[in-house]
Amino acid sequence: MFDNISIQLLAGQLLIGLINGSFYAMLSMGLAIIFGLMNVVNFAHGAQYMLGAFVAWLLLNFLGINYWGALVLAPIVVALFGLVTEKLVLKPLQNLDHLYGLLATYSVALIVEGLVRQQYGSTGLPYPSPLPGGVNLGFMFMPWYRLWVVVFSLVTCLGTWLLIEHTRLGSYLRAANERPQMVEAFGINVPRMVTLTYGFGVGLAALSGVMAAPVYQVSPSMGSSVMIVIFAVVVIGGMGSIIGAVLTGYLLGFLEGLTKVFYPEAANMVVFVVMIFALIFRPNGLFAGSEKSR
Amino acid sequence: MTRIVLLAALAAAMIAAPFFVYPVLLMTVLCFVLFASSFNLLLGYAGLLCFGHAMFFGTAAYVTGWLLKTTGLSIELGILAGGLFAAAMGLVVGLVSVRRSGIQFAMITFAIAQFVYFVLLQAPFTGGEDGMQGIPRSALFGVIDLSGSLVFYYFVLGVTALMIWLFWRIVHSPFGEVLKAIRDNEARVESLGFRPERFKLLALTLSAGMAGVAGGLKATVFQFATLTDVSWNISGEVILMTLLGGIGTLTGPMVGAGVIIWLNDHLAQFGEWALISQGAILLLVIIFFRRGLVGELSALLRRRKTGR
Amino acid sequence: MTNDTAPLLSVQNLCAWYAESQALHGMTFDLRQGELLTLIGRNGAGKTTTLRSIMGMLRKRQGSIRFKGEELIARKTYEIARRGIAYCPEERAIFASLSVKENLSLPPVLQPGGMSDEALLDAFPNLRRRAGSMGTKLSGGEQQMLAIARILRTGSRVLLLDEPSEGLAPVVVKEIGALIRRLKEQGFTILLVEQNLRFARSVADRHVVVENGRVVDVLTSAQLDADMARVQTYLGV
Repeated sequence: MFDNISIQLLAGQLLIGLINGSFYAMLSMGLAIIFGLMNVVNFAHGAQYMLGAFVAWLLLNFLGINYWGALVLAPIVVALFGLVTEKLVLKPLQNLDHLYGLLATYSVALIVEGLVRQQYGSTGLPYPSPLPGGVNLGFMFMPWYRLWVVVFSLVTCLGTWLLIEHTRLGSYLRAANERPQMVEAFGINVPRMVTLTYGFGVGLAALSGVMAAPVYQVSPSMGSSVMIVIFAVVVIGGMGSIIGAVLTGYLLGFLEGLTKVFYPEAANMVVFVVMIFALIFRPNGLFAGSEKSR
Repeated sequence: MTRIVLLAALAAAMIAAPFFVYPVLLMTVLCFVLFASSFNLLLGYAGLLCFGHAMFFGTAAYVTGWLLKTTGLSIELGILAGGLFAAAMGLVVGLVSVRRSGIQFAMITFAIAQFVYFVLLQAPFTGGEDGMQGIPRSALFGVIDLSGSLVFYYFVLGVTALMIWLFWRIVHSPFGEVLKAIRDNEARVESLGFRPERFKLLALTLSAGMAGVAGGLKATVFQFATLTDVSWNISGEVILMTLLGGIGTLTGPMVGAGVIIWLNDHLAQFGEWALISQGAILLLVIIFFRRGLVGELSALLRRRKTGR
Repeated sequence: MTNDTAPLLSVQNLCAWYAESQALHGMTFDLRQGELLTLIGRNGAGKTTTLRSIMGMLRKRQGSIRFKGEELIARKTYEIARRGIAYCPEERAIFASLSVKENLSLPPVLQPGGMSDEALLDAFPNLRRRAGSMGTKLSGGEQQMLAIARILRTGSRVLLLDEPSEGLAPVVVKEIGALIRRLKEQGFTILLVEQNLRFARSVADRHVVVENGRVVDVLTSAQLDADMARVQTYLGV
């Protein structure tokens, strides 16, 4: 039955899957880092991703700052917004049930998305590709920009992983995931670490947003639609497991691409089907082991 | 005694209301009162935050609508069928999710609701993006004509009152007491020989069924069912209503539903501001008054009574 | 600035709460420079709570904790640690996701005089052998050694140790005892929570008896020997 599926179609969809997977991986990683330290599911992650793309668009259209500048600036701007959110919204809730953190960030997402939509409308805004053209691989055409997205996201994920697993700062973070009070008793300013970690996670989301701007259109709803998948990714990968989040992100992107080739109607649903199966058969996550016992 | 007086006053007000307020608005409020109460059963009494409650509401709206459109079923059976279907869904959702901790439960129900959304988007009978139009208001018990909008309002009022009474019986039953005990200290309840997940599963099933009745009712009120009813905006709205009114109070979610529907009605002309204000209200409630309107009010009254 | 008689750490009328329930009801005692003081008492008397309160790890506390003349009651945990007090909890708090080496070098050097990783590994040769394995793979005794060793990195001269002998084989308890005596000889000031009276007697100068979140008696080791019967009733043995 697969005879009529061309290699071009397959390769094309797999590339799209890989691109989507790159975004899933980066976003899930940030969500997992934040969750690991704060036990807060950052529902605003999608909105912060969208803000990253919007800030890039604003920088280009109003200040003439190009993509490469935005790649640095937009995450910083959005991370600052994240720091303010943490101080005003999450700090007052940190000793309460963590569901309040989820609901509070959900509110932030509603407000941010609503404001952007109010200001710029629902239709997507185009963002020109900073790397036009591409290379013909024989069986498919590979646009340069997409190649860049794949490589850069891999580098970002790998870099973040190295930072967490192999630096002193990372060992603080891992230790504080386990026993924040004990780490503070060693004289480490854990409250500030929490704030900065949230800012870092938000910055990662915004960085993904900037990268996404030329691939998808810049639109207010880009965050909430990706958020839905990210939630499933984090559940499948095991809450708070960074490696699990990254691998699951790529895996699900691929799987979505494959489904688009063989059974397009189910492409939106495959992620959730995987999630439900994972819940039944691997309740602690596909990559359990580093999961917290809480 | 005062309770009976208050109840009678409320009943009188609700009976008189359609002469002063647009009945469809009132009926919307009633549907959401029911929906928010069903959510409250789960969050307020069992401590489970379902972040996808719209899946029960919206799916039931389609089921009721489809049955009323394609079969000669009387209206109460159509709504009941919607409720039962939603309850069955609740049972299935509960089987994969109910053992999870609070935050995971929220995320899982959120994701499953999204799955349901996509299924309904693709399903042949729902009308996809256009929704299901022209749902008839079939006769009650097959004989009583409900086509007048005033009559229909009293029908909706009756169903809502019946369901709220049921809700009240559930939370004041021994089952309700166990639920509250689980919410407050699950380990302790387990050590007493109960199996908390059984109780949570039943709570989710009941709550889903009640949300389903609300959805079915809503389908007959508006005479259409759309994907909006299944969307996460509605799931979020019901959370907002419950928190704003006061979690775990009987009347809180009703007050919350009233306020939010009224607010939506007034802000509808201002584009995105309805959603923005919802976010802002939710945020303020979470940070500053987590007991909600009714909760804060009763705390205030209690303090005045006992204090000084 | 401090003469010999002024206490290094002075706890006055300390009250503390876990959520709504009060755990300390006015603890008062002094810890002098270079002293080894134990807190003894039965389970739930408030010994661990006292250590955690000094470290600022309980959200709600009242009273006074003066360290080198400075009031610490309103300080945050990390600020207290940075003034030179180190805490080793009863559960040892070895981090499972960190290797032995990472566990050891986790605490930052806060005060001059903190031991280097190399010096620590020299002092604790067992740990050098296991440096690469994950923290929780160590035996109970090794974990306790690691937990004490790593707080020496900070350079803090005041150590709060919570039941270091608990759950360990007698031969290991002896080792820990020797270590604690060595630390005292090196001039560390130590506040030790201990249930094992013999162990407490073997290392400490004075003993503070805690009951229901209050100090009910302060004994020297000599008094402890003389009045063992009374102490036994305190401990409910």
